[in-house]
Amino acid sequence: MVESKHKWKAWLYLAPAIILLLIFTVWPIINTLHMSVQEGFNQAQANIGVTFDYGFGNFQNVIEYDYFKDCLFNTILLCVLTVPISTILALVIAVCLNSIGPLSRFLQTIYFLPYVTNSIAIGMVFAAMFNMVGNNFGNENELVITAGIINNVIEFFGGDPINWINAGSSYWANITVMVVYIVWNALPFKILILLGGLQSVNKQYYDAAKVDGTSRFRVFSKITVPLLSPMIAYVVITGFIGGFKEYSSIVGIFGEKMGPTGDARRLNTMVGFIYDAIDTQQGRASAAALILFGIIFVVTLINLAVSKKKTHY
Amino acid sequence: MSDKLNVTLHEKDLKKVSAAQKVTKAASKTLTYAFLFLIAIIVLFPFYWMIISSLKSLDEYKLSVPTLFPREILWHNYVEAFDAANLGTLFKNTVIVGVVSTLLSLVITVLSAFAFARLEFKGKNALFAALLGTMMIPGELFTITNYQTVNEFGWMDTYTVLIVPFLVSIFYIYLLRQNFLQIPNELYLAAKVDGTSDIKYLWKVMIPLALPTLISITILKMMGAWNSYMWPNLVTKSAEMELITNGLRNAYTDASGDTNFPVQMAAVAIVSAPLFLVFLFLRKYIMKGVSRSGIKG
Repeated sequence: MVESKHKWKAWLYLAPAIILLLIFTVWPIINTLHMSVQEGFNQAQANIGVTFDYGFGNFQNVIEYDYFKDCLFNTILLCVLTVPISTILALVIAVCLNSIGPLSRFLQTIYFLPYVTNSIAIGMVFAAMFNMVGNNFGNENELVITAGIINNVIEFFGGDPINWINAGSSYWANITVMVVYIVWNALPFKILILLGGLQSVNKQYYDAAKVDGTSRFRVFSKITVPLLSPMIAYVVITGFIGGFKEYSSIVGIFGEKMGPTGDARRLNTMVGFIYDAIDTQQGRASAAALILFGIIFVVTLINLAVSKKKTHY
Repeated sequence: MSDKLNVTLHEKDLKKVSAAQKVTKAASKTLTYAFLFLIAIIVLFPFYWMIISSLKSLDEYKLSVPTLFPREILWHNYVEAFDAANLGTLFKNTVIVGVVSTLLSLVITVLSAFAFARLEFKGKNALFAALLGTMMIPGELFTITNYQTVNEFGWMDTYTVLIVPFLVSIFYIYLLRQNFLQIPNELYLAAKVDGTSDIKYLWKVMIPLALPTLISITILKMMGAWNSYMWPNLVTKSAEMELITNGLRNAYTDASGDTNFPVQMAAVAIVSAPLFLVFLFLRKYIMKGVSRSGIKG
């Protein structure tokens, strides 16, 4: 009696979630697959009765499209640079934080601050810090006035100012700024996870190492890293997944033009590519989204396989 | 005799070694602190720069040798920032969307988590596994179709379009279900015997016990609304419906590409302030929620 009553009740409780999921999650999966295999699919034309041939033309077009390759390159480059840098830095910071007694909580709170920020808003602060304000920008030799604090610091140490993000800036200067900003943004989460892991590590291992007179570096590489490997694997995987979806941090620094003035869209990413095609070329956007899903899926599997081999539980 | 000498020598050596150890230990402690403070400065610097820049005049901001503290504090920048980007409207929209979507999302999450944790029905585990599976798919894949769907529904440029598509979060359901599972089933059966209704039981027992998780969900959801950019950017066409992040990016750059940085920084400070206040008071819940979720917004 109670059981059968439960059955319809359970579905009643689940109804709001299931209805919304059917409309906004299940249908999109089906529809995206369907659009991706109709060559050159375009919703506006479909609405007036145009039909499209079935085939894998969208995928082929996307892959052969040079601009897509640029977006893919930007995305992978940012991933490959920021994930290792932020993970290693976070690991060192977490180990240091764990080794000190007083101030540790206070410092941890400070390090967490970038997490509770709006990535567009603080991106604008970084843009202001790297930006140059003056009349001669565009020609690197004529830089006289700079108000970008980063260049001021470089000049203070005797270096030459660099055109980071303004018109005429180089691609690698742009990438450097993005790496700095993304790492700054990624640290809080990684430190939080790694420090949490460190605090749960059994102290006995360290005591044994102390008795044996093991050097600090050996302790770090032979005890800390292996014991932390599940957490490291976790932050690397989430880092890659987030990295392949990089978009709003670039809008924060460069605005919606996704590049310096005069070279718009130079820093566009996979997600940006999908958004560009969302209004008019749904077939292409769908194919690109599926490719993105495929890449994230494969990278996650590789990461899991590697971490299974290397992870010490 | 020589034995004794040997022993004393040995002791001396030991003392020397331990003194040397103390020195290295103190040195490494100092280095550790120096490193950690350096990182803290790097982390805090953008916030410092945001605040002092927001109080400068544009002329002072453009000085080739920057001032580390404004010569004259210009609170007026904040007033200007508020007017130039219509921040009042943006704030109102963001708060409405944030509060309504959080409340509705909590109701849906609690009901679903309860069904998955407490009730028995056919296909429960298969359904739950399928739902978890969809978490792997990047949101952009859904966005393409959802954009068409909301267009078809005629929802463009309304609060509905900003709220409804994101009400269900599988992750929150999962989080709360795990929490509900820890509450002994006997409590539920006892309540059933007493004739307590499910809703009353949820309200009186489950929700109070799962309160920390619910608070974490609330904060993450609110932060999500505050930070969302892409979807609102797609589906809002008029300035009256924009959310805070959308209105912010380009409001302070004039047609020639010149940016009024002090005013822009004032706007950024205004937008960042609520998040900091929330963090100040609810640090524990935020950090706990984040360490379990691993997602931003």
